[in-house]
Amino acid sequence: MGYSQKVIDHYENPQNVGSLDKADPMVGTGLVGAPACGDVMKLQLKINDDGIIEDAKFKTFGCGSAIASSSLVTTMVKGKSVVEAEQVSNAEIARELALPPVKIHCSVLAEDAIKAAIADYRQKRTEG
Amino acid sequence: MTTELKLPLYFDNNATTPCDPRVVDAMVPYLFEHYGNPASRAHAYGWVARDAVATARQQVASLIGAQPKEIVFTSGATESNNLALKGAARYLARKGKHIVTVSTEHKAILDSCHALEREGFEVTYLEVDSEGLISLDALRAAIRDDTTLVSVMFANNEIGVVQPIAEIGAICRENGVLFHCDGVQALAWMPIDVRAMKIDLLSMSAHKMYGPKGIGALFVRRGRPRVRVQPIIDGGGHERGMRSGTLPTHQIVGMGKAAELAAESIASGGVDKVRALRDRLWDGLRANLDELYINGSWEHRLPNNLNVSFAYVEGEAMMMGIKEIACSSGSACTSASLEPSYVLRALGVDVELAHTSIRFGLGRFNTEAEVDYAVELITRKVRFLREMSPLYEMVQEGIDLKSIQWTAH
Ligand SMILES: Cc1ncc(COP(=O)(O)O)c(C=O)c1O
Repeated sequence: MGYSQKVIDHYENPQNVGSLDKADPMVGTGLVGAPACGDVMKLQLKINDDGIIEDAKFKTFGCGSAIASSSLVTTMVKGKSVVEAEQVSNAEIARELALPPVKIHCSVLAEDAIKAAIADYRQKRTEG
Repeated sequence: MTTELKLPLYFDNNATTPCDPRVVDAMVPYLFEHYGNPASRAHAYGWVARDAVATARQQVASLIGAQPKEIVFTSGATESNNLALKGAARYLARKGKHIVTVSTEHKAILDSCHALEREGFEVTYLEVDSEGLISLDALRAAIRDDTTLVSVMFANNEIGVVQPIAEIGAICRENGVLFHCDGVQALAWMPIDVRAMKIDLLSMSAHKMYGPKGIGALFVRRGRPRVRVQPIIDGGGHERGMRSGTLPTHQIVGMGKAAELAAESIASGGVDKVRALRDRLWDGLRANLDELYINGSWEHRLPNNLNVSFAYVEGEAMMMGIKEIACSSGSACTSASLEPSYVLRALGVDVELAHTSIRFGLGRFNTEAEVDYAVELITRKVRFLREMSPLYEMVQEGIDLKSIQWTAH
């Protein structure tokens, strides 16, 4: 299978693997995908009161491109505002990693993970 | 142990095997020195080639307990399967148009069946149990008055599961239907006796038994019952009219030599050495890692095959991590269809687990040092990928993955 060098780099040296405390009101957790489809991403964002993403962690079950997409996304959103992070698109991720057409769904999933994590954070804020 | 390993290690012997150097040596003279057409009856070039083909035919026949006249050379097992199914079904079409096969067969069988369905034949696809085995009662029940042919593979190419061939042969004979068997995966590893097993048609391929690619054979029984097949390739009437085309002498010589070596290896314990390596691989892995699941029966399995699901680690990511080992995965990501292996699905393996399956095929040229290297590398990578797996984390936290509402995409 032909992987781009960027995918290989992220796969071999994934950035920000790990977990944040789910219960922390500053942490939004997005869990997207399904084991039956062969990929699941968990993305966690720690967002401060100014709406800036201070930290991002991921864990991914999926192929090399899925792992690379999630790793890349954590590096992209760190330091960004929530509003900026919401603008990150799958096309950007796919372009950056030079994903072939059959792997575009990995970048879509990564975009969904950002949106899900932010939605979770917002829900916590409104509830809390 | 300090000897240099040649990387990547070749652990994909169910996909193909290298040509044994003794096979290569046997073939080479037939490319330039003895290049005659075996069908040329008028000169020495032709005679030499014809004698070589005759020897090879004998070697192939003895591997499976057949007579040389019962061997038809083809371009490989894909063609042999096509010839057996279409050839026999069409020849017997006036007697009946029903065929029985199994859902886990190789695509060359399944797609030949689909082609026959388009011609008006009816096909019953037997299910397999969770071990990958068919039920003999289900087979008996599937055979009807208009059934002419049953096709069941000897051993499966993905999971190595070996069907009860002699029992199937007996059932077919009792019911007066032909028994075709795709023997490709078993040739180098298990004794095959077409007479004792009551096999009427047997597909073979050289490249799964240390011979060259692009050459195979079909055993077509003579005597009682005499089996006839309608050719699927028309031409000069070679191979007693069943398969036209100039015989590729060097390929056939290679297949013959490979068959001779396979017979020797089976008789002299060479196979046991490969089984010991396969077992060493499995024992090493399960000593280091939890949640490994063997796909298919362990008891009824080729000695060289290990198909295992590494739970919570997706197959393609795994293959990328162990690129120093050439093997294959049943994960959707590695197939053109984006569907996980239909064979694993037929066994009822959870889709989740199917995505995490890896097939290792050990072979004649692997060593203990290679297996030990593989165990170490796989262990390291599985631990690395599980650390990265949200599923593994959830299970560690005591969450039942089945209780989660996943967002299918
Ligand atoms: C069980 C089985 N049948 C048939 C084939 C096709 O053989 P060939 O590659 O010689 O066409 C293979 C190999 O891919 C196989 O494993």
